[in-house]
Amino acid sequence: MKFYYLLLVLLLSVSWSTQAQYTLSGTVQTPKSTPLSGAHIHSNALHSISAPDGYYEVHNIPKGEQRVVISYIGYKTLDTVINFRDNVVLDVTLKPHAEQLQEVVLTENNVVSQNTVQEDRLKTETIEKYSSASLGDALKELPGVYALKTGTNIVKPVINGLHSSRVPVISNNVRLEDQQWGIEHAPNLDINSAGRISVIKGANALQYGGDAVGGLILVKPMEVLKDSLFGKSILSLNSNGRGGNLATSLHKGNEKGWAWNAGGSFKYMGDREAPDYVISNTGNREANFSGETRYIGDDYNISGFYSFYSAEIGIAKATHIGNTADLVNAINNQQPSVIEPFTHTIDNPKQQIQHHLAKLDYNKKLGNDASLNLQYAFQLNRRKEFDLRRGDYKDVPALDLTLITHSAQANWKKYLGDVTLKSGVSFSLQENDASPDTGVSPLIPKYTKTDAGAYGIASYRFSDKLTGEAGVRYDFTNISASKYYKKTRWTSLGYDGVYDNFITGEKGSQWLTNPEFTYHNISASLGIRYGITNNTELVGNAGLAMRNPNPSELFSDGLHHSNGTIELGDLGLDKETAIKVSATLLHKGKNFSLEATPFLNSIANFIYLQPTATEVTIRGSFPVYNYKQANALLTGFDFSTKWQPVNGLQHNLTFSYVHGTNTDTDEPLIDMPPLNINNAVRYTWANWHNLFLELRSEAVFTQNRYPNYNFYTDVPQGNELVSTLVNVSIPPKGYHLLNFSSGMHFDFGKTGTDINLSVYNIFNTSYRDYLNRQRLYADNAGRNIQLQIKFTY
Amino acid sequence: MRKLKFSALALISFIGFTSCSSDDEATFINEEEVITTITATFTPIAGGETVVLTSRDLDGDGPDAPVLTVLGDFVVGTTYTGGVTFLNETESPAENITEEVYEEGDEHQIFYQTGGVGTVTYTDQDINNNPIGLSFTFVANQTATTGNFTVTLRHEPNKDGEGVAEGDITNAGGSTDATATFEVAVVE
Repeated sequence: MKFYYLLLVLLLSVSWSTQAQYTLSGTVQTPKSTPLSGAHIHSNALHSISAPDGYYEVHNIPKGEQRVVISYIGYKTLDTVINFRDNVVLDVTLKPHAEQLQEVVLTENNVVSQNTVQEDRLKTETIEKYSSASLGDALKELPGVYALKTGTNIVKPVINGLHSSRVPVISNNVRLEDQQWGIEHAPNLDINSAGRISVIKGANALQYGGDAVGGLILVKPMEVLKDSLFGKSILSLNSNGRGGNLATSLHKGNEKGWAWNAGGSFKYMGDREAPDYVISNTGNREANFSGETRYIGDDYNISGFYSFYSAEIGIAKATHIGNTADLVNAINNQQPSVIEPFTHTIDNPKQQIQHHLAKLDYNKKLGNDASLNLQYAFQLNRRKEFDLRRGDYKDVPALDLTLITHSAQANWKKYLGDVTLKSGVSFSLQENDASPDTGVSPLIPKYTKTDAGAYGIASYRFSDKLTGEAGVRYDFTNISASKYYKKTRWTSLGYDGVYDNFITGEKGSQWLTNPEFTYHNISASLGIRYGITNNTELVGNAGLAMRNPNPSELFSDGLHHSNGTIELGDLGLDKETAIKVSATLLHKGKNFSLEATPFLNSIANFIYLQPTATEVTIRGSFPVYNYKQANALLTGFDFSTKWQPVNGLQHNLTFSYVHGTNTDTDEPLIDMPPLNINNAVRYTWANWHNLFLELRSEAVFTQNRYPNYNFYTDVPQGNELVSTLVNVSIPPKGYHLLNFSSGMHFDFGKTGTDINLSVYNIFNTSYRDYLNRQRLYADNAGRNIQLQIKFTY
Repeated sequence: MRKLKFSALALISFIGFTSCSSDDEATFINEEEVITTITATFTPIAGGETVVLTSRDLDGDGPDAPVLTVLGDFVVGTTYTGGVTFLNETESPAENITEEVYEEGDEHQIFYQTGGVGTVTYTDQDINNNPIGLSFTFVANQTATTGNFTVTLRHEPNKDGEGVAEGDITNAGGSTDATATFEVAVVE
């Protein structure tokens, strides 16, 4: 009986299907008419997937009203009802989905590429976490990247032991020209304007320049490719500094036509507090804006971009000293000399900085396999540094620089089967103006600099597993400065008879000079990427980089009030030449990922500051630091792992070590980041508002390798002058910090809300960091509790 | 056409920007703030030889060391009216910075370390009734001796620090604007 029943059903169904069996077919495409391959088409239990040309067919659809659903990740799902009386052709255009898009655009994973240049990228979550901090703070989470700080607010990234002029920052494809030579000059850009931040630990990306002896930092604005409007606002409130940051941005993407981005942020922070005292005058303010509008045509796009960064940064009062006796007092007191009640007010000494960046670019597809990019950028950097001064000069900056940079470049790219060719030329003109209204001889003189460069890079895919790349670049630079030298200084630097040709005039006790230098540099790169297994790769790089001495290294001539030193440049400096070799082993497994990079950087004519003498002036005595050159060797190892032992639980480890030696004197290099190890354990409840709890440990070891530049000076004690050791060299003890963070995500229709609570330095540990210029005077800031609320819409 | 206009515009703006480079010569800066000269003058109340200590550093922060001169010797047990002046002699006529120090007396203090040749007592006051140190009384040692007499001008010292108001520099903090140490003698 059962059998007959079954047979009946079978017969019925067969007959029914033979009677009314229709086919649904058609194509799936994007609004730009690009076929969508792999879209899901289903009607009840029947389904199909679109072919690479977007075509699909679904057979055996019964007669009558049937629900048809066509979906593709990142696009709005088409959900409709069709009355089938015949075969139906349904051509659909799927619109990108705004909410899905957010995930697509902000994807955290490194895109597996044919690129032989290893890029370490920050997660969007990390960028957002540091919304009220800075670029340098966020980058510190990457293995091999440390932070060179002045207090809390001025943070410069250090890549494998190198920083400043050796680590160019490329913001939206424009090399940031923001007086980056200075240790107390942090990159003039707002972290909130960045959608993507990555680091290249070498000079292997020749399209950006040939002088990245230390590495490159690439910052790109958020780009919404698809047709959608997306907005984001982040409010961060901090207990330490009693202030916060509000960042908001709107992005309109389009596949064709107009697309735009606009964002702004505002920061207001007061004095930071160390566990035992207020670090007076360490507040800061920022007001930033960036916007871009792009027109996307069939095979070209044009865009205009503008960003504005404006900051006022207080410098701890305790770091301003008059002479070495003051310095000794500051060091030996172990407490800042100025401790005042907490305030939001910023007093002198302070920095006021503005950076404008305007850019026009044009991209054109040349046929199917080539593209051309033309770009012009204008940058205006205004830097004012206010010091503690007397009388009418109280409100006059002691340093007032205006740096204007025009840069233009053309880049061409072509794919020829397994060969990719990249080539380009660049040109830039830079003018620095040092305002005479300061009443102080400027540290950096007036100068004009012209650069021109050309590069060619070829990569070849030998097989699915092996890609190789080779590139070469040539750069021409001419720098012409105008500067007054005290005749006594000119003589003491040994310039008499050597640089007489630079002297163009004299006024009183000073020479007017016009030093001019021309450089021709060659840089080159070689790289391979080899797939050992499906999820294990080896990336090898060798790069040759040349860096010209920067204006500070050539022309510095004066007293630095923040460290009580007289710094003297040297017109005789030669360019630095570095050869960096590194290998990266990359493993990306399901539960375990690993990245290990040993490196070696051999730098000829490495430029560094070394104390050479003590000079007595009417202010007292000062150590004199001269810029010197020697051969240097930096070796090290960066290591990171990501491990998910069970679902929801994740462990992250980063380990960085660098060993720097002056091979001429066999002494350690100064300011090398100490060994540091970070561990983070995180548990995420994906089913419950993505709640996550994370505990992060930062262990920084004591740097035992340092050059000993300690010296003795006479210090007034009571009624006597006492010869006292000035300990400027011995690094502070290592330290260990624990940080906690947690967060939850809530969806309200199309909008989302994230609430994060973090505690940095949970135990309020007192510590000083070797690479913090404030370390001689005050502890680092203590515990900070941060509440962050993020809205997406 | 649009592209052409665009590139033409870019080119024009680029040429425009690059060609308007201004005067390329640095401006001479007269460092008006610089203190080149410290002069401490000691006039005996009861009449006698005036002692003048001068430190002069005409190249400011340049490599040349200050030139120190000591005119006259102190006489044992003598009371002197003391005064100190600060000049910027890179300008002509020389700028008197003493007035600025006096006007901002609450932010400045001059300290004297007598090196055992006598005692200094402040005789002036700032708006908070703290000493400035531009004028003082000096009483030379009762017996003949020699010693190092140091004059130090501190900017933004902590005048509330222990002993600071009495002239002890140890807890003063602040930054040193000018200092000089003289070898002086107290004679019979």
